[in-house]
Amino acid sequence: MPTYRDEAVVLRTHKLGEADRIVTMIGRRHGKIRAVAKGVRRTGSRFGARLEPFMVVDAQFYVGRTLDIVQQVDSAGSYGADIAADYARYTVAHAMVEAADRLTEHEAGTPHYLLLVGALRSLARAEHPAGLTRDSYLLRALSIAGWAPSFVDCAVTGAAGPHSAFVPQLGGVVADAVAPPGAVRLDAATLSLLGALLAGDWEAAEDSDERTRDQASGVTAAYAQFHLERGLRSLELQDRETA
Amino acid sequence: MYEGIVQELIDEFGRLPGIGPKSAQRIAFHILTTQSFDTTRLAELLAEVRERVRFCSICGNVAEQDTCSICRDPRRSQTVICVVEEAKDVAAIERTREFRGLYHVLGGALSPMDGVGPDNLRFTQLVQRLADATVTEVIIATNPNVTGEATATYLTRLLDQPGLRVTRLASGLPVGGDLEYADEVTLGRAFEGRRTVEA
Repeated sequence: MPTYRDEAVVLRTHKLGEADRIVTMIGRRHGKIRAVAKGVRRTGSRFGARLEPFMVVDAQFYVGRTLDIVQQVDSAGSYGADIAADYARYTVAHAMVEAADRLTEHEAGTPHYLLLVGALRSLARAEHPAGLTRDSYLLRALSIAGWAPSFVDCAVTGAAGPHSAFVPQLGGVVADAVAPPGAVRLDAATLSLLGALLAGDWEAAEDSDERTRDQASGVTAAYAQFHLERGLRSLELQDRETA
Repeated sequence: MYEGIVQELIDEFGRLPGIGPKSAQRIAFHILTTQSFDTTRLAELLAEVRERVRFCSICGNVAEQDTCSICRDPRRSQTVICVVEEAKDVAAIERTREFRGLYHVLGGALSPMDGVGPDNLRFTQLVQRLADATVTEVIIATNPNVTGEATATYLTRLLDQPGLRVTRLASGLPVGGDLEYADEVTLGRAFEGRRTVEA
């Protein structure tokens, strides 16, 4: 039976039969991987703990007819415990892996894998406020998928910014001449924060105030929900108390 | 494919969790070919279980009355509540014969990706049970995985009140195993939860 090996980040798991799980991962080289991990729900399982959501693993798989089978697993990054220890971070991590799951359905994995691993590591180490990490991840993941938003120049005509009308359906901010009636108007601080999150400029992003972060978060969610067609369920269940 | 009712029976068994097409076919043919198999009793039980079994109005465990046998038992300690994800976890803990308190079944674990948030679990009912200050300890016995740990984290925050001790089940090495086969996550937990050995 052919086998392959890949580094992968675990997105989600589903129970299968008595003690097995179906594990969904993004592989660095193989993109989306769905594999059966046999016996991992038993307390004596040798690699059950490594195949939890938000874990990064170096794994070997048998190629199966519909689902592959996990043969061996080594841990390459253990972020689950730190993320689960803070409920706000946990809800943020769910939004990130749900988006990754949807965005990698038909795409190669490497850029998404690297972005997600970096975001989970940053989240686990609490390097930045959890909500900013989520919004930055979503904007950058959408960009990798080909839906890069524009926060300065007009997304339709390319006219130099700044512009204040934001239209998710048109790809970001648009000039007044092409803005549909009733388009959301964003202030300069929000647009500046969104640009910083997209570029990964953390110094500028962390300089923002709470109100601006809330507005940027709403814009990011609206942009992601539109481009992913079906909404992300996790975004509706974010822990707003501390995120 | 089989004809008519046989295929219907196989399809119905195949809809049960953990039963694939082959297992469904095996069960169906066992019923068909084993003369001693009491199909009437099985049919009666299936109908009866749906009618009689409900969830305990206090703890959420399965019960045949309004409350379950554990909540009705006056010999159980009323000061300790063990919080579990599913009713089947109650049975697992009861098998240990170590715990003599009450239970609270949450009905799952927090998983935003699956649409399960705090409003979908029995957190409010738990807080209501703690209102009269009879309970002095809550033991969180959610599963030792990421989802269970996050649920425990949320509960710890929710139950942060004076006079209430909140504890979490220990996790670590399984009894009867060899240390060299333990994964690093479990072994790390065992180190974190190490305890002093009395001389």
